[in-house]
Amino acid sequence: MINLTINNKSVCVPDSTTILEAAKQNNIDIPHLCYLEGVHKFGSCRLCVVEVEGVKNLQASCMAEVREGMVVHTNTEKVRKVRKNNYELLLSNHLQDCPSCETNKNCELQDMGVRLGVTEARFAGKTTVSKVDISPSITRDMNKCILCRRCVTVCNDIQNVGVLSAHNRGFSTVINTAMDLPLNTVDCTYCGQCTVVCPVGAIKETDEIHNVWQALSDKNKRVVVQLSSAVSVAIGEEFGYEPGTPLAGELVSCLREMGFDDIFNTNAAFDLTVVEQSTELLNRLKTTQAGNEAKLPLVTSCCSSFIKYVENKYPEELDYISTTKSPDLMLGALAKSHYTEKMNMNLSETYVVSVMPCTAKKFEITRPEMQNNGLPNVDAVLTTREVARMIKEAGIDLRNLSKNQFDQPFSLSSGAAELFGVTGGVMQATLSTVYEMVTGRELPFNKLQVTSIAGFDQTMDMELKIENPLEAYQYLDGVTIKVAVTSGFRGAEFLMNQIVKGESPYHFIEVMGCPGGCVNGGGQPRPLTLEILQKRLEALYGQSEGKATSKPNDNEVISALYKEYLQEPYSPRAQELLHTQHRKTV
Amino acid sequence: MNCEATKCQCGCDQETDQQKYEKIAEIIAKYKNQAGSLIQVLHAAQNIYGYLPLELQRFIAAGMDKPLAEVSGVITFYSFFSTQPKGKHTIRVCMGTACYVRGGKKLVDRLEDILKVQVGETTEDRKYTLDIARCIGACGLAPAMMIDDVVYKQVNPDKLETILAKY
Ligand code: SF4
Ligand code: SF4
Ligand code: SF4
Ligand code: FES
Ligand code: FES
Repeated sequence: MINLTINNKSVCVPDSTTILEAAKQNNIDIPHLCYLEGVHKFGSCRLCVVEVEGVKNLQASCMAEVREGMVVHTNTEKVRKVRKNNYELLLSNHLQDCPSCETNKNCELQDMGVRLGVTEARFAGKTTVSKVDISPSITRDMNKCILCRRCVTVCNDIQNVGVLSAHNRGFSTVINTAMDLPLNTVDCTYCGQCTVVCPVGAIKETDEIHNVWQALSDKNKRVVVQLSSAVSVAIGEEFGYEPGTPLAGELVSCLREMGFDDIFNTNAAFDLTVVEQSTELLNRLKTTQAGNEAKLPLVTSCCSSFIKYVENKYPEELDYISTTKSPDLMLGALAKSHYTEKMNMNLSETYVVSVMPCTAKKFEITRPEMQNNGLPNVDAVLTTREVARMIKEAGIDLRNLSKNQFDQPFSLSSGAAELFGVTGGVMQATLSTVYEMVTGRELPFNKLQVTSIAGFDQTMDMELKIENPLEAYQYLDGVTIKVAVTSGFRGAEFLMNQIVKGESPYHFIEVMGCPGGCVNGGGQPRPLTLEILQKRLEALYGQSEGKATSKPNDNEVISALYKEYLQEPYSPRAQELLHTQHRKTV
Repeated sequence: MNCEATKCQCGCDQETDQQKYEKIAEIIAKYKNQAGSLIQVLHAAQNIYGYLPLELQRFIAAGMDKPLAEVSGVITFYSFFSTQPKGKHTIRVCMGTACYVRGGKKLVDRLEDILKVQVGETTEDRKYTLDIARCIGACGLAPAMMIDDVVYKQVNPDKLETILAKY
């Protein structure tokens, strides 16, 4: 432990604590912009400077560690002046088009100006001009970059993808891709984790708001919208609610006011995804048990950025990925087939919008593999942040709306579906469904909460022995099914490399690109802290337990759908609409 | 090693791309597991290949097990790396304070005109690379420039063509 004085107060903190952390532990919040707790420190903004007695230059408190007997002042006249100065320097090379910037009023740079009491930008300064790079998911406008390098740390050290890096030096420094290549030509997965940490509007989702407003104002279009629980437990953060406030009911009312015609629950389609995926797994198991060849392990396909990752780094292994489409695409495919037929509508008049916690989905819907009858399954993807901006634009007061139900037929969902957005959620639901299909008995877990594989640790595995299966599944008698779960691409790399080497011990693998799953997706509100994430999670677990039906295969919406339209899991019609063949984008 | 084998078959006495890549692969293998060796590898690769185009960057990134963006970031950080092919001769116009004030910029403009390239680029015939330099120590006789190792002082823009004709 180390004793020091901060603002005339004696404090005691553990060794190798930084001054900034030591101050925080003692309720002093030193302004900081590039530092991101638990994720990134680089010391570039120099807004966190403090005075240390006996040291001539001001110290960046996010980098400098405490020393025994240190005397620190965090708020002297000199400190305030230098901070202001450093802030103005940052601002001088920042394209200041706040009124038209997507992150206006949700910008750490703006907030910092207010906090530091900056009233005018004194240095007009020379600004470097960079072209704006627009990919289907991510837009990079380096004219707004303040070089905090959070995105570099996230893309390299956390996501292990590494398509962003600092280039050049001095005044010409710019965060860039290799050789200034557009994002859609490098190995970007579109996970969007960089957009969550960027403190300004330099890296953000590619805007679809305009297209959606346009569809809404088109009298000839029936605009279908769908959203999942990962969105409804997080969107409140954009409107000053306590994080983790579930707002599905209010959101439904709100979307209706905005003019959407049908408001569906993506979670309902999740149950469908699980049933189809379980059937696919059993099919592959049956083939291998009979001594024939099938691609095992089956790898989940729910995460769009993971599919892109495999396509980038393991194009030869694409066949391991489940052919099952992700829930929102399934719902889109059904909205543009069964539902349009039922409602006697014209196919080309249906416009499907997905509200997602995700940026990668924006790219996914442009894939030719995600079309039926020459039409995309989903026409536009809005992130949680974008839909919040639309609500604000429309001037709708979320707080004064009554709760409403999702529309039929995609209204009800199981408790398992609530955990779709949490790492391990797909695995739990699939395992229990498979077990029940095979044995006719419920998987003996306490209400599906398999704590051993859910939660936040990066990579986990578990085994399940099948005993006394039903007649049709005798081939699985005594077979131990091995599964693994991971989120983030570090674990994914490990599991994929096993597959490449032919050493994978697993039958089934779930991968989510975003650490922790979609609840921490690249399209979710920012800024994000561990506490906020925890609250979103608690909300999802709470909703999951409150559901009348806990299991996907008990969802009556789904059974009705099979009866009326799809016949049975993996039927020819199901294959046509709900499955796809993954291909490398050319 | 058999000397003949490393020679290009057409008799032009130059290594083929494939031979250069093989050499670079050897260097990568040697340095791969040493922390902080990327710069050395890039150096060696540039010596062998002459410059560091995107394809070669990809090759090195894969070999060193580093993200491509990191490799490209390091290359752009240090001015001695080049991603453009170098010409036979390098022209470096001084843009230090004295030379700038006395017409360095005019020299650059004129050279860009004559050679039809921008600063940092190489002419199509690979004869000249145009670059700028900070003070080259001839301030008293500004504006100055260098072609390879030869310093030209008090250069008159109208004389540039005559100077270039010597190469
Ligand atoms: S979207 Fe993901 S992979 Fe792409 S640059 Fe951002 S963090 Fe990296
Ligand atoms: S793009 Fe955003 S996160 Fe990345 S360095 Fe610039 S300001 Fe920071
Ligand atoms: S984990 Fe979820 S939010 Fe993140 S990229 Fe995958 S599908 Fe999108
Ligand atoms: S927060 Fe310390 S230098 Fe930016
Ligand atoms: S400024 Fe050109 S030689 Fe010194």
